[in-house]
Amino acid sequence: MTVSDRRATREAFGATLVELANEGRDDIVALDADLATSTTTAKFAAVFPERFFDVGIAEQNMIAMAAGLASGGKTPFTGSFAVFGTGRAYDQIRNSVCYPDLSVKVCPTHAGITVGPDGGSHQMIEDIALMRVLPNMRVLVPADFTAARAAIRIAAETAGPVYVRLGRAALGPVYADGAGFELGRAQVLRRGTDITLVACGVMVERALAAADALAGEGVSAEVVDAFSIKPLDVATILESAGRTGAVVTCEEHSVIGGMGSAVAEALGEGAPVPMERVGVKDAFGTSGEPEQLMERYGLTSPHIVAAARRVLQRL
Amino acid sequence: MSHSDHVELARMCQAMRRDIVEMLAASGSGHPGGSLSAVEIVATLYGVVMRHDPSDPKMPDRDRFVLSKGHAAPVLYAGLAESGYLPREELLTLRKLDSRLQGHPDMRKLPGVEVSTGSLGQGLSLACGMALALRLDGDLDPTVYCLLGDGELQEGQVWEAAMTAAHYKLSNLVAIVDLNGLQIDGPTCDVMDLGDVREKFAAFGWTVIGCDGHSLSELAAAFSAADAATRPAVIVARTVKGRGVSFMENLCGWHGRAPDAAEAAQALEELAGEPMGGE
Ligand SMILES: [Mg+2]
Repeated sequence: MTVSDRRATREAFGATLVELANEGRDDIVALDADLATSTTTAKFAAVFPERFFDVGIAEQNMIAMAAGLASGGKTPFTGSFAVFGTGRAYDQIRNSVCYPDLSVKVCPTHAGITVGPDGGSHQMIEDIALMRVLPNMRVLVPADFTAARAAIRIAAETAGPVYVRLGRAALGPVYADGAGFELGRAQVLRRGTDITLVACGVMVERALAAADALAGEGVSAEVVDAFSIKPLDVATILESAGRTGAVVTCEEHSVIGGMGSAVAEALGEGAPVPMERVGVKDAFGTSGEPEQLMERYGLTSPHIVAAARRVLQRL
Repeated sequence: MSHSDHVELARMCQAMRRDIVEMLAASGSGHPGGSLSAVEIVATLYGVVMRHDPSDPKMPDRDRFVLSKGHAAPVLYAGLAESGYLPREELLTLRKLDSRLQGHPDMRKLPGVEVSTGSLGQGLSLACGMALALRLDGDLDPTVYCLLGDGELQEGQVWEAAMTAAHYKLSNLVAIVDLNGLQIDGPTCDVMDLGDVREKFAAFGWTVIGCDGHSLSELAAAFSAADAATRPAVIVARTVKGRGVSFMENLCGWHGRAPDAAEAAQALEELAGEPMGGE
């Protein structure tokens, strides 16, 4: 893989909106809060200026305006950074979007600690928890550019609120062009027999690397990209965990309330097996380069390997 | 406004006040003060100003109403019942299990409710989005009306939306402020002084129209002026919280407490005579 193959999931946002609009989706509109260049909604604005609304630095207004547009038959996509696009506007997402089940697609970028030097104030590691607890909301976490493109398309095709978690970090391709994605469906990326690694977002390529390392130790790891955190593909996860008997979850998010929690809930009720959650351990982020931060917060493939060893020792 | 319109609106206001008292007494909880202060505003909108059809609540060219001060749901339900969106008897299900009349308006339950509200400060943003959607559809004709409380203006999001409406020149948007001067914790000037509301909206680029919010003729004239404005317009309507029930008027304590049976009986007695309704 060359450096140029690596792309951030955010790059799929504006580009896919343009594709959809060019395919005749006249209902699609986009809103941003003074971050259109960073989120890439500027690409949509350049082609469809009359359907793009920059509200200035006012995320609460942006989300409720999107709800008003949705009540008028439009399909609004909202940008901003994940920390502001979900947290700053949480009550608006709850009461003006999810409660009335309106078709607003909340797709902020710069989620997670891979935001890097901006520091803890800008590193959103609670968004999956905040979004998945809301009735009517669906939560998608794409692992590469191809998956992000699919997630934006699923959001456009799904009635009601959808959250798509997008990032700034460039990621290697996990999927071939044209790979099929569905709401509520996980992707089994590698078959294994000894342990299941359930990952999402930037952690998928790290989970695949961890599976390679584990293979060198004689451990056969299955790798599942959760992709759809809500609805979660419980059947695929329980089937895999039932076969391997051990699970490690891997997410660039707090271990509290995120994908690992969702998997733990499913396993606890459906097929309890020893598990461990790799994620940020109830802490805020800090300034640093993305890879330094992944090391600092325990989100590298060696950390996944170590967690897998600990889980296997409990069997 | 014609004499017959005026007589009919005055009758409608009296009926709505009685309905508000009866439904709150039946529910045992809810918000009478800010419902009674907005009766003439809502009656004028549904009675003579807005184009709407209770038999076709989703009629594409209808005018839209957003009750941003969602806790005043009883005045909206009373107005919708008077207009024929729901039977009057149903008003007595307010706030009860399985009722379409939720404690705060729910667009998914009751036809005629355009958007769900209740968390203060969000309605004007919703209205901006609705006005933009109408503009995108190439149909500037319908107007979006948004009723705000005065205490609600303390929410910063209202001013984000006020900026937006002026920026996008939303001439199909009309806000109404129910300026009753009171909120839960006391007079607005004591809790968090709003200053000059008219000057504030003017500074944000709005056409500002003041009126007596209990005068049907002043309200009708204000809505005509707002309709003619080429910018977003706000009607700052001076009102009396609890208007029409002597023991509720101008008392914060009646913001969020329902009348008991004896209080309701007294209120209904006061509302039994000839309708008020200003000049
Ligand atoms: Mg008030």
